[in-house]
Amino acid sequence: MSKYLLRRFLILIPSLAGISLILFIILAMAPGDPFEELATNPNVPPEVRMNLRHQFGLDDPIPVRYVRWFVAMAKGDWGFSFVSRVDVGTLIMQRLPTTLWVLGLAQLLGLLVALPVGIYSAMRPYSLFDQISTTFAFIGFSLPTFFTGILFILFFSIYLDWLPFIYRADIGGSGWRWYWENIRQVIMPVTVLGLFQGAAMTRYMRSAVLEVIRLDYINTARAKGLSERVTILKHVVRNALIPVVTLVALQIPGIFTGAVITEQIFRVPGIGSLLITSILANDTPVIMAITFVFSCLVLLFNLVADLLYGWLDPRISYR
Amino acid sequence: MTPPPNGVASQTVRGPVSLVRPPQGRTLWSESWRRFRKHRLATVGMVVLLIMVTAVLVGPFVYRVPIDAIDFKAKLKGPSWAHPLGTDDLGQDLLARMLYGGRISLAVGVAAMLIAIIVGTVIGATSGQMGGATDHALMRLTDLFLSLPGLPLLLLLVYLFRDALKKVLGPEMGVFILVVAVIGGLRWMPVARLVRAQFLSLREKEFVEAARGLGAPPLRQVVRHILPNAVGPVIVAGTIDVAAAIIAESSLSFLGLGFPPDIPTWGRILFDAKDNLDFAPHWAVFPGTAIFLTVLSINYIGDGLRDALDPRRVLSSRKSGDEAVTQAGSATDA
Repeated sequence: MSKYLLRRFLILIPSLAGISLILFIILAMAPGDPFEELATNPNVPPEVRMNLRHQFGLDDPIPVRYVRWFVAMAKGDWGFSFVSRVDVGTLIMQRLPTTLWVLGLAQLLGLLVALPVGIYSAMRPYSLFDQISTTFAFIGFSLPTFFTGILFILFFSIYLDWLPFIYRADIGGSGWRWYWENIRQVIMPVTVLGLFQGAAMTRYMRSAVLEVIRLDYINTARAKGLSERVTILKHVVRNALIPVVTLVALQIPGIFTGAVITEQIFRVPGIGSLLITSILANDTPVIMAITFVFSCLVLLFNLVADLLYGWLDPRISYR
Repeated sequence: MTPPPNGVASQTVRGPVSLVRPPQGRTLWSESWRRFRKHRLATVGMVVLLIMVTAVLVGPFVYRVPIDAIDFKAKLKGPSWAHPLGTDDLGQDLLARMLYGGRISLAVGVAAMLIAIIVGTVIGATSGQMGGATDHALMRLTDLFLSLPGLPLLLLLVYLFRDALKKVLGPEMGVFILVVAVIGGLRWMPVARLVRAQFLSLREKEFVEAARGLGAPPLRQVVRHILPNAVGPVIVAGTIDVAAAIIAESSLSFLGLGFPPDIPTWGRILFDAKDNLDFAPHWAVFPGTAIFLTVLSINYIGDGLRDALDPRRVLSSRKSGDEAVTQAGSATDA
């Protein structure tokens, strides 16, 4: 198992290098110059600018720059934010937990909706419940998150005035009130994201269960007198989850897309909204670092999916 | 190499195949159309989408209110006879803006889909046909692209290249080309995988072997014999790609990083509207609904097409043919 993990980690390295190469090429090809502002500033003589360029190695050939950049990234030296004059690493570490918290809860909600609904619909295909849930699933993944977010704000914040639509990281008070406020403000972003994810997962789950439930070994399980509960949970669901994990793993990049948008709508102070702010402020080091962090997260969750895969299906050996 | 078919077979293949016409009204396409219409919601989706497309194409000629006529006396008004969908904070007519912007939203969707399909087909076909090291390298590339974070990368590219392209091609065309190229360029991977899988199975089929035995060069085998048979899943994937591209463009515009304010795509209208939700909800609800309806219709059409274009699927007994129907969101990924 640990050997397998190690091997999987080693496979991550070329992927990481590939992604960072793509990012770097994009940046290197991009027109514009990080010292453009200095060029238009009459108080800065051109020699100073040239010196700065030289000092930061901007005139070196691209492969040299790439290696230097990659080594620096790997060492954790992500540069300084042009705008807030803070270490990029620190900036991201402040924001990352919020993003992961909201994303994690959303994913959990998605699963909590998708698993039971998908399984139940597949157990009774074309029943009323199945038809309703299929329709809702279709609507669910056709509704873009930015529109659901707006509808939620309109209904729950403006019309009913139940929930706050601005996420605050600095809630005062303590004890129960603090928890309550935190839960209240996290409800809408998590629901918007979770339902969107859940809609797609419901459909995957339903189709996977439908496929498994007709197989012979399910009949065998029933015939030998296992209760319906055990048959479904241990024999059907576990096998149905295998293709679902693959499909969900392929969707992971999409999850981060949703995260950026919900964070922007509800002003959640995560790295998604930091990305938008940085883009609007031309803060290149932060933009690069965040894109890189998102890529790392995608790879990380792909790894998790791989491990889950092995756990669900012992035939996929860990060797 | 596969052994050449024996002489008898290769002689009989030539003549009859090109001479026999399918009986009237039962061609492959009319059969598919018949199957498509059986999917009730897909047909409804088709009608809704046609209405949208017609409205967007013809609308601006019929409904001749200018999109940028500023009228502060009528700002932030709800729907009325003068302004059927209300007005925005400058008193501009929303219906006119949505009809105009919808053209761009839909055009982005279709153009980005075409790019994704073309790139995906070329890469998938090359990969499937060549095999070996080429195949391996291309599939690694596909996997790499699949693990790129979509929207963040989209934002990065738009941020880096927008100004340069604007200078060269003008604000409207520059942003359009950039957005389309980037969205299409980040969505070809599922198509490539799909086409490659089709190629791997089709290239071993008897009819391709027959073509090979008759001496068809590789290019002709691919273009005449394999590609036409691989087209069904690609069409389905393409349909869903249109919806995904429309959402991607709207997301970009919604974040304020897509089209400039004077090009009111649906996402851009939503972006402008989102700070006035409390006193002008109609401003956000109409464009949002337009996006939603379009995407929903396209997704249902994709679902219907999947039923229609797979001749092996039995439709009469729905239960047996169901299991593959259900993965609309990422039919392309499966």
